[in-house]
Amino acid sequence: MPRRNNVWVNIDWLTVSLYLMLVFLGWINIYASVYSEEHQSIFDLSQRYGKQIIWISAALIIGFVILLIETNFYVFFSYIIFGILVFLLILVLFVGTEINGAKSWFILGDFGIQPSEFAKFATGLALARYMSSFGFKIQRFKSLITIVVIVFLPTILILLQNDTGSALVYFSFILVLYREGLSGVVLFFALLVTLLFVFALLFSNFIMMVVLLLAAIFAFLILNPRIKQFVIILSIFIVSIALFYVLNLILKTNYKIAEVLVVSSIIGGAVVLGYSIRKKFKNYIIVALVFLGSVLFSISVDYAFNNMLAPHHQARINELLGIQSDLLGAGYNVNQSKIAIGSGGLWGKGYLQGTQTKFNFVPEQSTDFIFCTVGEEWGFAGTFTVVVLFLFLLIRLVFLSERQRSGFSRIYGYTVAVILFFHFMVNIGMTIGLMPVIGIPLPFFSYGGSSLWSFTILLFVFIQLDASRLENLAN
Amino acid sequence: MNTYSKRKYVIIGIFATIGLVFIIKLFGLQLLDPSFKQFATNNVLREVVQYPARGLVYDRNNKLLVFNKAAYDLMIIPREVLDFDTTYLCRLLEISKEELETGIKSAKEYSRYKPSILVKQISPESYATLQEQLYKFKGFHTQSRTLREYSNKAAAHVLGYVGEVGVNEIKNDEYYKIGDYIGISGIDKAYETQLRGNKGVKKYFVDVHNRIQGSYKNGLDDIPAKTGKNVTSTIDIELQQYAEKLFQNKKGSVVAIEPSTGEILAMVSAPSYDPGLMVRRVRGSNYSKLLSDTLKPLFNRSLLAEYPPGSTYKVLNILIGLQEQVISINTHFSCAGPESVPIRCTHYHGSPVEVIGAIRESCNPFLWNTFRSILRKYESIADGYNVWREYALSFGVGQKLGSDFTNENKGSLPLESYYNRIYGGGHWNALTVRSLAIGQGELGVTPLQMANYCAIIANRGYYYIPHIVKEIENEQIDQSFKTKNYGKISAEYYEPVIRGMEMALDPGGSAEMSRIPDIAMCGKTGTAQNPQGSAHSIFMAFAPKENPRIALSVYVENGVWGSRYAAPIASLIVEKYLTDTISPNRKWLENVMIKANLLNSFQPE
Ligand SMILES: [Zn+2]
Repeated sequence: MPRRNNVWVNIDWLTVSLYLMLVFLGWINIYASVYSEEHQSIFDLSQRYGKQIIWISAALIIGFVILLIETNFYVFFSYIIFGILVFLLILVLFVGTEINGAKSWFILGDFGIQPSEFAKFATGLALARYMSSFGFKIQRFKSLITIVVIVFLPTILILLQNDTGSALVYFSFILVLYREGLSGVVLFFALLVTLLFVFALLFSNFIMMVVLLLAAIFAFLILNPRIKQFVIILSIFIVSIALFYVLNLILKTNYKIAEVLVVSSIIGGAVVLGYSIRKKFKNYIIVALVFLGSVLFSISVDYAFNNMLAPHHQARINELLGIQSDLLGAGYNVNQSKIAIGSGGLWGKGYLQGTQTKFNFVPEQSTDFIFCTVGEEWGFAGTFTVVVLFLFLLIRLVFLSERQRSGFSRIYGYTVAVILFFHFMVNIGMTIGLMPVIGIPLPFFSYGGSSLWSFTILLFVFIQLDASRLENLAN
Repeated sequence: MNTYSKRKYVIIGIFATIGLVFIIKLFGLQLLDPSFKQFATNNVLREVVQYPARGLVYDRNNKLLVFNKAAYDLMIIPREVLDFDTTYLCRLLEISKEELETGIKSAKEYSRYKPSILVKQISPESYATLQEQLYKFKGFHTQSRTLREYSNKAAAHVLGYVGEVGVNEIKNDEYYKIGDYIGISGIDKAYETQLRGNKGVKKYFVDVHNRIQGSYKNGLDDIPAKTGKNVTSTIDIELQQYAEKLFQNKKGSVVAIEPSTGEILAMVSAPSYDPGLMVRRVRGSNYSKLLSDTLKPLFNRSLLAEYPPGSTYKVLNILIGLQEQVISINTHFSCAGPESVPIRCTHYHGSPVEVIGAIRESCNPFLWNTFRSILRKYESIADGYNVWREYALSFGVGQKLGSDFTNENKGSLPLESYYNRIYGGGHWNALTVRSLAIGQGELGVTPLQMANYCAIIANRGYYYIPHIVKEIENEQIDQSFKTKNYGKISAEYYEPVIRGMEMALDPGGSAEMSRIPDIAMCGKTGTAQNPQGSAHSIFMAFAPKENPRIALSVYVENGVWGSRYAAPIASLIVEKYLTDTISPNRKWLENVMIKANLLNSFQPE
C-alpha cells in the first residue's frame, strides 16, 4: 500500500534517534545507579536495569505498533481514549494501591501501572481534538470553559490520588493555549503569580522586596530610557526607604528591615503611580501597578501561609517545595543530590565509579534522581550533553508541530513538547536545587515501565501524525 | 496557517532559557564549587583507626613482664540507633541505666553521625556474650583495643601504667586523639614512643546507613598499624619480687644497680600496689583509692623521696678529704665519744682513729675534723664550700642523674648563696654547716642517687647513668647510658674507704649482723633523723668487694638504726642476687625482716 510506504519514508528519524539515545543513556545510568558487584548480568531480572530492558523492549514494540496505526484512529478515538483514562483515574481511587503515599497504581501480580502517566497523552489528544474543532475560538467563554474542564478533570482526579507532582504537569498546557491564541498577558500573569507564590514561600520578605524593587527599576529603565524620569522615580524610592529607615531608628519602633522595606516600597510605589498617572506615562503606570500588586500578593501569601494555615498544612507545602533549610530533614535529599552532581567535576568519576548514588546517599537514584548519576559519573560533560539533547528534542518538536497542516497535529505536537518540557524543567531543576522537590520522572531516563511507555506513546503518536502530515485528515 | 505562528519563538525562548539556566547552574555546581567533592568524600569515607598492640616488656632474663590483652570498646553512632531494650543492654554491659543514658547523651553532643565510645574496655568474656546479641542493637558496634596485663604483681612503679591521654597531650602532640592510650608512668611512659607503635588507618566506603561497603581504593591509601617495639628491662624480676617481699608492711625503698653497666637490677618503693589494678574499667576507682591512701602507694620513693644520706655520706667526705690532701691514710683524729664537740660520737671505740677505723666506726669527730679541713683549705670558707660541693655534684648528688625515668627528683645540695642568704655573706663557717660533715642538715638524696653513689665507690671512681631499659627492639638505647662518668676522686683513694666499708660488716663492725658468709660485702650504715617519727634506717653496700656485681641503697622508714633493718635487708638482697639463695644460718634473719611491721611511724629505740 503506497500510503504505508509513505509513513516509513516520512518518519522524522532525527526525533526517533534522539528518543533512542535518551532511552539508551537512561538505561546505562539506571544500571550504574543500582550496580553492585554481586549482580552484574545486565539481564538480571531481580534488578531494576534488568527489568528496564523489558520495559524498553516493550516500549519499542509499542512505538512500532503506533506507527502502524491509521492516523485517523487518534482523531476519531481521542475523546473515547480520554473518557477511558478519566474512568481509570476514578477507578484507581477505589481499587488502586498506594505506593509512596500516592494512591495511583493498579497492581496486577508483579506488574504495576499508573493511569495518571497515560492520562497526559489522553488529555493531549482530547485538547488537540477540541481546539482544532470547527468553531473553536479561545477568546470565546464557552471554548475556554471546555478547555478548563478537559485539563482540570484529570488534574483534580490525580490530586485526589495524592500525586501532586503528576497533577502539576497539566499546568504546562497553558503554553499550548498561548500558542493557540491565549493572550500573552494571561501567560505573563500566570507565570508571575506562580513565581511569586513559590518565591514568597521560599525566600524571606527581605529578599522578595529587594528582588521586586530591582525588577521594577529594571522595567522602568527598559520601558522608558529617559534619564530624567528614571532618576525622579529612583529618588522617590530611595527617599521613601531612607525616610522610613531613619524614622524607625528615631522612634525606636524596632521594625525589622524587611518590614521597613515593605512599607516604604508600597508608599514609594503609590507615589510613583500617582506621579505616572499625572504625567500620563502609560508604561510606568503598568509597571507601578504590577509592582504594587506583586508586593501585596507576596506579603499576603506569606501572611496567609504563616497565620492562616494549620501547621500540618504548612509542613505539607514546605515538604512540597523542599523548603526546610534543615539539611538533615526535608532539605537532605536536595543537598545530597547537589553533592552527587557537584562532585562529578568536568569529566565525572567514571562509569560505575559513582559513590554517592551507589551507596544510596541520593534517594530514588534510579527514578526521580537519575540525573544525579549522570552528574556524578559523567561530570559536566554528561549533564551538558543530556540538557542539550533534551533541548534539541524539544525545539525539534516545536518545529515539527509548526510544519503540520492540520490543527489537530500541531496542537497535539505542542502538548507533547510542553509535557516533556515540564518534566525536564522540574526534574532536573529539582536535582540541582532550582526547583522544589516534586517527584516526577525525567522522560525516557527514569526507571519505570509506566512512565517510559506513556512518554513513548506520547511521542510516537506525534511522530506518526507528523509522518502522515501530507494526507488529508478527516478533520 | 496560523496567525499566532510567531509565538513559537516565545516558547522556544522559554525552553532555551530554562536549558541555559540549567547549564549555568551545572557549570557552577560541577566546575566552580570544589566543596561538593569534599562533601562527597566525607559522605562515603569512614576512617577506622587501627590500634597497634603496645610493645612487650621483658626482664633482664627475658621473662615476660608486661603484655597485652584484648579489650573492646562499645561504640555508638547516635543517628543509627533505633529503639532498643535498655535494661537488657545494661545487663550485658554491667552498667547502670543512668550511666548508659549519660553516655548516649554525651555521644549525641559530640556527633550524631560519627562513632563515639560509649563503654570502654569491655573484657573479652563480656564481649563474647555482647557480640552475639549486638544485632539487636542498631547503631552500636565494637572496636578492639589492647590493654596492659602484668605477669606478676611486682615492680608496679618500674613498669608504670597506661591510661587515656589527657587534654594537654592531645594539644601538644597531634599523634594523640581523644580516647587514645598513653604511658602515664614508669617504663610505659619513659619509652612511650617506642612501645606505642604507630596507629594505622583503614579507609572504607560506607553507604548512607554508615554500613561498610568495601575498602577504599582497594586499601591503597590504608596505613597499617605498626606494633610497638618490645623492650627488655634491666630489672631482675625475681630479685625485685624478693626485695618487695622483704619490704612488706614497711615504708621505704631499695635501688640496686649493676655497677659495671648502670643497669638497675631492682627498684622497690614500698608500699606498692598491684599493677593489675590500673587497667580496665576498675582503674578509675582503684586509682582514687590508691591516691587517697595515707601510705602513698602511688608515690615512687626510689626516684622522688628525698632523705638525708646520714652516715653513708661520710665515705664521700673522707674521699674528698683524701683527694684534697687535707687528710691522708695515716691521719689520726681523737674521739671523745659522746663528749666530743661540736658533734658527739654515737659509737664507743678506741681513740684516735684513722680513715679505715673512722668509716668502720662511723666516727663523727673524725668527719668533723676532715670536713673543717676541707673548707678551711681555701681562702674563704665559701671557696672551700664550693670545692666540696663540686665533688658532691660529680657523684650525682644534688642533680638529676638523667636516667630514663621521666620523673627524677634532683635532691638537695645547697648553693653557697643559700647560706649567704640565711647567715649573710662571710658570716658562716664550717661550724655553721657542720651537719653536712655527717650527711645531715640541708642534704637530701634520693635512693636512686644513693645507689649510684655507692656504684661509683664500687667502681672506684666512675659510673654509668642508671637506667631501667637495656634493649629496645631494632633500636639502640640512649648513648648516654653507655658513657662512663667520673667522680672527681682518683682511684687510689678508694681502697682505704672500701676497706673500712668491708670492716663495717666484720665482727665488731657497725653492721656485723648483716655479714654474708663467703661474700665480701662492703657497706655503710646510716640514720636519718625524722621529725615525724622514728629515724629512718639507711644502708648502702656493694658486693663482692672485687669486681662488684651489685651496688644498692636501702632506706627503711622508721627503721631507727641503719644496722637494724636496712643493712640486713640489703644483705639478704645481695645474697639472693649473688648466690640465688639464702644460706640456712641466715633464714632466721630473713624471717625477722619479712615479718617486721614498721607501718607505725613510731618504733621502739
Ligand atoms: Zn668516734
